[in-house]
Amino acid sequence: MTEPTSTVSHLDLDESKKTFLDANELILNMGPQHPATHGVLRVILRLDGEKVLGLECVIGYLHRGVEKIAEHRTYTMFNPYVDRMDYVAAVSNGLGYCEAVEKLLNIEAPPRADYIRVILTELNRLASHQLWLGTHALDIGAMTPLFYTFRDREEILKIFEKYCGARLTTHAFRIGGCQYETYEGFEKDVKKFIAFVAPKIDEYEELLTTNRIWVERTKNVGTISAKDCIAYGVTGPVLRASGVKWDIRKAQPYAAYSKFDFEVPTGQNGDTYDRYLVRMAEMRQSLRIIQQAVDGIPEGPIMAKVAKVMKPPVGEIYHSIEAPKGELGYFIVSDGSTQPYRVRVRPPSFVNLQALDLMCRGQLVADVIAVIGTLDIVLGEVDR
Amino acid sequence: MAEETKSAAPPPEGDRKPEAGNAAPASVNTSPGQATAGQTAPSGEKPAAPAAPHRAAAPAKPAGPVPVPWESAMISKLKSQFGSGVEALTYLGQNYMQVARSLIPHILQILRDEEQFDYCVDITAVHYPKHERQFDIVWILYSFARNERIRVKTQIAEGDHIPSAVSIWAAANWLEREAYDMFGIQFDGHPELKRILLPDGWKGHPLRKDYGIIEQDSEWVQINLGIESGQ
Repeated sequence: MTEPTSTVSHLDLDESKKTFLDANELILNMGPQHPATHGVLRVILRLDGEKVLGLECVIGYLHRGVEKIAEHRTYTMFNPYVDRMDYVAAVSNGLGYCEAVEKLLNIEAPPRADYIRVILTELNRLASHQLWLGTHALDIGAMTPLFYTFRDREEILKIFEKYCGARLTTHAFRIGGCQYETYEGFEKDVKKFIAFVAPKIDEYEELLTTNRIWVERTKNVGTISAKDCIAYGVTGPVLRASGVKWDIRKAQPYAAYSKFDFEVPTGQNGDTYDRYLVRMAEMRQSLRIIQQAVDGIPEGPIMAKVAKVMKPPVGEIYHSIEAPKGELGYFIVSDGSTQPYRVRVRPPSFVNLQALDLMCRGQLVADVIAVIGTLDIVLGEVDR
Repeated sequence: MAEETKSAAPPPEGDRKPEAGNAAPASVNTSPGQATAGQTAPSGEKPAAPAAPHRAAAPAKPAGPVPVPWESAMISKLKSQFGSGVEALTYLGQNYMQVARSLIPHILQILRDEEQFDYCVDITAVHYPKHERQFDIVWILYSFARNERIRVKTQIAEGDHIPSAVSIWAAANWLEREAYDMFGIQFDGHPELKRILLPDGWKGHPLRKDYGIIEQDSEWVQINLGIESGQ
């Protein structure tokens, strides 16, 4: 046996072994048309058997160029467009946009408008969380919560419909306040809804919180530390479930939030189960806020004095609110004309989705579904 | 005058009011012409009783609020270190700093390491085709410890590069990719600078001002979608 040949054959053997091992590493494409990706999200998974070694998100399938459209519309005309980003929390989008333009115009909505805004925004947060819970549970395999949450979410949509005629893309607010006064019996409807939904939230919890399958599927799944959350710019319930007590409603209050008494629920482990608990607690806090707002709603005008043709002075503003999914910010540049020079939307879903790779590493393929669900993304907002 | 200052003085509700209140008196220092405009504006803009007919104050509105210098311990420290490369201003109660392009990596690093701006909220750009340096790059930063939000701005010319902030904040990754996709801004040191919202082979950067609103990459559309036009 001469040395060179033996080395070659040895190498060959190694090489083939390596190829054989590499065959275990599988690239799997998931989506964009996949029911568990909550829209058109494509994920390319690198797998070792069932274990996720890494993944890459491919987004942009719903890109409509909202920011470009804004530059070709007046401030007022762009208002309905923002509802189409996070279409399950359209009211929050509208609130953020209206408040940002109000800041730029240096005006303030009257107190009554602020209260109406808070009531509708919190109702919408509840609706958004209910939709999240129903679909997230369905992804993991629990079908019942979906029917429960959609049944109850319907009541919120009915209130929206009675208030402004639309159920989802509500366009509820105007720059400077609200266009519509509350309808006859609005306060009664809202109070009735609070009494109706409070026990329902207990019902959801009964189905899931101590459910063995639910706990097994969510505990220690998709864990992310507070440090990583901050580094990745992750906000909203995901950040709070990792133990950071930060909510823009408290940190830098807007609308009428400084007037209400509510808690900011946090978790400890930063896993899927904690995020579930945080959102459940948030639903209850939303009810608390709504109750206080309905009880204390002041009389008065609902629109500030706003010029029909809005020409904000030259300048820039950044304003952000706590949307159901995290920090939703608007960076608006005015050149003094009737159309914004630039509108930048800082979408919470987009930034949060970036952490998906980190959260899924070392988990199983089935857990990827759970983690996408727990991030609570809306692709309309990711892609804009 | 006393009447007016009185009506603007009691700010019992809202947190935005103190900010606006700070901005107005500070403008006294900058120029006397602006000062009167700054002082009359709040009383006309935000009447305590909305129905009050403050018609007289209305003409002051076009002057509008003006950026005033932003002074703080952090700013004086940065200024002593970097001199005139840092200009700090406040507009409508929001602080931002105008930083020379060459100082960007140092300033961002210092803001995170020494000034606790640990959360990179957003990175974006604004296109001004008529300016000599066409692109404003904007970093929006937040500090959890200080509960403070600031913006850092710089200008670069077409074809200029800018250092990536991914090594400072992991969040910068997708945000810079979007700025590249939409404006064509090159971030040096980015681990994988490629398009994010538009398809990989797309030509053009749609948020530039010279890109028309119904413009598209017809070649890409025809090859990949098999249709004449997406419009």
